[in-house]
Amino acid sequence: MAQAGGLDFEKSLVELEKKIEEIKNFTDGRQMDMQEEIQQLEEKAQELREGIYDNLTPWQIVQISRHLKRPHTLDYIHGMFADFMEMHGDRAFIDDRAMVGGVAWLDDKPVMVLGTQKGKDTKENIVCNFGLPLPEGYRKALRLMKFAEKFNMPVVTLVDTAGAYPGLEGEERGVAEAIARNLREMAYLDVPIVVVIIGEGGSGGALGIGVGDRVLMLSNASYTVITPEGCAAILWKDRAQAARASEILKITAPDLKRLGVIDDIIPEPEGGAHHDPQVVIEQVKTFLQKHLAELSKKTVNQLHEDRYRKYRSIGFFTDVIPQTAEDEERLVEKPATGKKTVKKKKTSESNDVQ
Amino acid sequence: MDWFRKPKYMTVRVAKKDKKPGIPDNLVTRCPSCSEIIFNTEIEKADRTCPKCNHHFQMSAQGRLAILADNGEFIEQTSGKITAADPLNFPGYKEKLAKSKKRTNLEDAILAGICTIGGIKTGLAITDFGFMGGSMGSVLGEEVTRLIERSIEEKIPVVIVSASGGGARMQEGIISLMQMAKTSAALSRLAAAKQMYISVLTDPTGGGVTASFAMLGDLIVAEPKALIMFAGPRVIEQTIRQHLPKRFQRSEFLLEHGMIDMIVNRQNLKQTLSRLLTISPK
Repeated sequence: MAQAGGLDFEKSLVELEKKIEEIKNFTDGRQMDMQEEIQQLEEKAQELREGIYDNLTPWQIVQISRHLKRPHTLDYIHGMFADFMEMHGDRAFIDDRAMVGGVAWLDDKPVMVLGTQKGKDTKENIVCNFGLPLPEGYRKALRLMKFAEKFNMPVVTLVDTAGAYPGLEGEERGVAEAIARNLREMAYLDVPIVVVIIGEGGSGGALGIGVGDRVLMLSNASYTVITPEGCAAILWKDRAQAARASEILKITAPDLKRLGVIDDIIPEPEGGAHHDPQVVIEQVKTFLQKHLAELSKKTVNQLHEDRYRKYRSIGFFTDVIPQTAEDEERLVEKPATGKKTVKKKKTSESNDVQ
Repeated sequence: MDWFRKPKYMTVRVAKKDKKPGIPDNLVTRCPSCSEIIFNTEIEKADRTCPKCNHHFQMSAQGRLAILADNGEFIEQTSGKITAADPLNFPGYKEKLAKSKKRTNLEDAILAGICTIGGIKTGLAITDFGFMGGSMGSVLGEEVTRLIERSIEEKIPVVIVSASGGGARMQEGIISLMQMAKTSAALSRLAAAKQMYISVLTDPTGGGVTASFAMLGDLIVAEPKALIMFAGPRVIEQTIRQHLPKRFQRSEFLLEHGMIDMIVNRQNLKQTLSRLLTISPK
């Protein structure tokens, strides 16, 4: 039976589970039959579990998505692939340990897999800088993606970061440029890209390796333009109101699917990925196999076109003056040759979410 | 003798303040850089720079259009006119939009269209810090993308002037973040079409705008002493507790660190752009 992870909202469940465990230990080897009581308590625990995990609030999901014990990028890489040969460095400055990547084999085919790496404890986190990449991390990622393009293998990126490292070094060495370049290059990479948000998707730092043909997201992952704490600080000058901000920001997988930002949701075991890492790693692998198989049928041109259209169509606005046929004509008319190119499909959207 | 006694009270007649010809509030400005008091007309004449110390004041999109485009004219955007929706139903967003629209006389934080600069037909977009910090939401992302797409069709170069200290617009949540991917993808097409893109960075430019189209210019030009950043200095100080050097994240700092091509005074900007645009394929 899964043990709850020790987050605030799980307290009552953790206590109950502990009590059951104590009774079990106590009765063990003694001439006592408390099976019935244990059964009852376990039923109660299950009820409690469902009550909590079936009704997670966005803020609770944020906490699960940041959980220290959650499987991280390297856990997935080692769990999903037959072999993994890590590659290091941006060939210019350093090897950023917050970004890992290399070639791995999925069903005997090479895949380029890369992602942001968080640690499970402070010691690990010091090595990987808490999963906050430097510009060199993004440059390494791009180098590996270009390698994949050259040798025609698909790219899988695993996203789990609070964001790019917000510090002097990053600014000095152009973290904004590094992310921007990745966005531009990933839009037209010749090979399929599947992105999986496995934990925290923190703004530009996540998007810097997050442009792809398919964006998948674990059911308890979060993906946001600003941390709920940061948003609360701006809105109400109070970081403690993060829970409220997380409701507003729409950062859970179902919300993001509704907004058209992600394509598929990968279910997690009850209570979150850390309750049963093996199951969730298998699950991610199955989803990857499915999406990579679909994408492998596309030509390079199709990949480019579909990827462009995917991002081109994201946006919510209202037409004040709609594009007119006349405007369209003017747009496509080529006076020099007198030839008219094919009319472009109207791209304007005026969806209403709420 | 009462005659020589000083009166206890004296009434001094003072002309009413509002009737006296004084200095109206909007006549002079104290330069925040050199502290000189300067006539506003002189600042305006110098394209909103300080004639004493060359401090560059912030400028509206319309003001920039007037000094960059030939005759200050352009055909606004490709087609249609769009305005922000409120996809997240974000508290206070609608009010903020209404207020910004009124103040700036803009539909959103951007002006975009086709003009000529030094006689060269160019796609020009200008973001405006006065409209919610020049932040990028759906409208700004769409306008930039439409402009780039149209410029590809018309085979003309693109100039984008950024004054977007706000970065990605929080009020549109993840949708704003995706505008970074959208505009960068469009620039990928522009690059493939071998059309030139010049990015002009002005004070201030940050966050999601810096980490997308602003840093992707074939050439990157900045105005003097502009704040150009990814994470804001306050964010860095708070989260990392690092002491930041003087001039950190200013244009000169970026030039030293190899992030931009050149720093150009606003009064020379048009001339510089005109010259650079001649390199662009006809």
